[in-house]
Amino acid sequence: MASTIRVRAIASGDTTEVQSLIQHPMDSGFVKDAKGEVIPPHHIEVVQFEHGGKTVFTALWGPAVSKDPYLKFSFKGGKKGDDLKVSWVDNKGASDSLTAKIQ
Amino acid sequence: MNRTKGAIRMRARALIHVAVFLSVGALATSALAASADDFKMALAKAEAANKQAADIKNQWTTTGQAIAAAKKAADAGKFDEAVAHAQQAEALANGSVAQAKEQEKLWPDAVIR
Amino acid sequence: MLRKVLFAVALVAGTVQPLLADNAVNPQADFKAFRKYFTERFPKLPLNDFVNGPYSMDEGLRKQWQAKEEFPPYDFALDKGKEMFAKPFKNGKTYADCFPNKGIGVRQMYPMFDAKSGEVITLDIAINECRQVNGEAPLDYLKDDMASLTAYMAFTSRGKPMDIKILNDPRALAAYKKGEEYFYTRRGQFNMSCASCHVQNPGNHIRTEMLAPALGIMNALPIYRSEWGSMGSTSRRLTTCNSQIRGVPLKPEAEEYRDVEYFLSYMANGLPISGPGARP
Repeated sequence: MASTIRVRAIASGDTTEVQSLIQHPMDSGFVKDAKGEVIPPHHIEVVQFEHGGKTVFTALWGPAVSKDPYLKFSFKGGKKGDDLKVSWVDNKGASDSLTAKIQ
Repeated sequence: MNRTKGAIRMRARALIHVAVFLSVGALATSALAASADDFKMALAKAEAANKQAADIKNQWTTTGQAIAAAKKAADAGKFDEAVAHAQQAEALANGSVAQAKEQEKLWPDAVIR
Repeated sequence: MLRKVLFAVALVAGTVQPLLADNAVNPQADFKAFRKYFTERFPKLPLNDFVNGPYSMDEGLRKQWQAKEEFPPYDFALDKGKEMFAKPFKNGKTYADCFPNKGIGVRQMYPMFDAKSGEVITLDIAINECRQVNGEAPLDYLKDDMASLTAYMAFTSRGKPMDIKILNDPRALAAYKKGEEYFYTRRGQFNMSCASCHVQNPGNHIRTEMLAPALGIMNALPIYRSEWGSMGSTSRRLTTCNSQIRGVPLKPEAEEYRDVEYFLSYMANGLPISGPGARP
């Protein structure tokens, strides 16, 4: 099955800029469906980015983050060809991860 | 035992006031209390007007909502409320019909030329 | 005597003439006037930029949009559309067999007037016609599948200039005129026309949304709206526009919707396809 994670990391000087798009319903648990029943919460809780064995970015997400979240950040270090690992876990215990090469 | 003329007149006046008040009150309450039949008539008028609007493809969403509210109130036995909603629906539907007829003539004025 | 008759005829003709002129359909003249209106109202905006809707109207919005375009929210729908496009029908045929150029890079030709049926055919209709001819159930015009498939087809046409033909056929001209009428007619309890927002108020706000100019407004469709959290077809946008002004929407791909799409797309001739689009 195709990964839910898309990531693009570009190294420039001593900084790497990372963008990612993750496919996830991110249901807050506050929205009702057409029948008037609450759609139960189903959202990512933790997103982690790892480079060179270290965690370079952690996001703790919850009901306030919208569907198919987009994330952009930069970190010091990283060069072209290095691995960058992205992983997430949601409130139902599901998870996904992807390793991409820094460009 | 012997009442003065004034006292009798005052009493009569008081009785008349009471009678007038009661009859007015009775009229007032009968004017407010809508019946199921009143509702049926009002709903029929509203639905006929909304159908006219549907035929010329210009209905307003609020018309349908008012009709639904009317039916809901009627189901709960609140016929005054139901009639009010139905009359509102009829007015909205008539508004949408008037809008379409007016716009048929007016739209060319808006065109960028 | 003859002079009197001729004069009388001329008088009658003179009074009838202007009536005919008002009712005569002249798409080319409308096109020029429409374009002039928008380019004069936004003199600093490059012509091709009109297709970016609210992003052409506000610098802050534009910056956010450009950042997102590197990783657009419609990416998933686009991939799904690509898969759908390539997948053969049960009879082994594909969409490529129904469309010119195998269906790649053809979006900018729609809507087109079909002389045989006398109707305006939008891309969405053409897709369902293709499915029907090949024994498949039609796609719902309002749902994700149609939006994803048209997103892919729009993507293959990105950058190509809109190319709508108003045939010299009285039925095509009538459809164009009906589309123009729909666009400028007020409707809904809020008594607004498409023009109320998109001709009179591009760049202004309606509640929290910034309004797009009517020029090039079809070029970005289908769109991923953040408000919807999903990709939406042209039908989805038109029907929700109706209900937002408290007008009961018509059936998706109703004649009036197809005609207004025809009219608006023609007005955008020459402007690049920017779809699939992302909007607030």
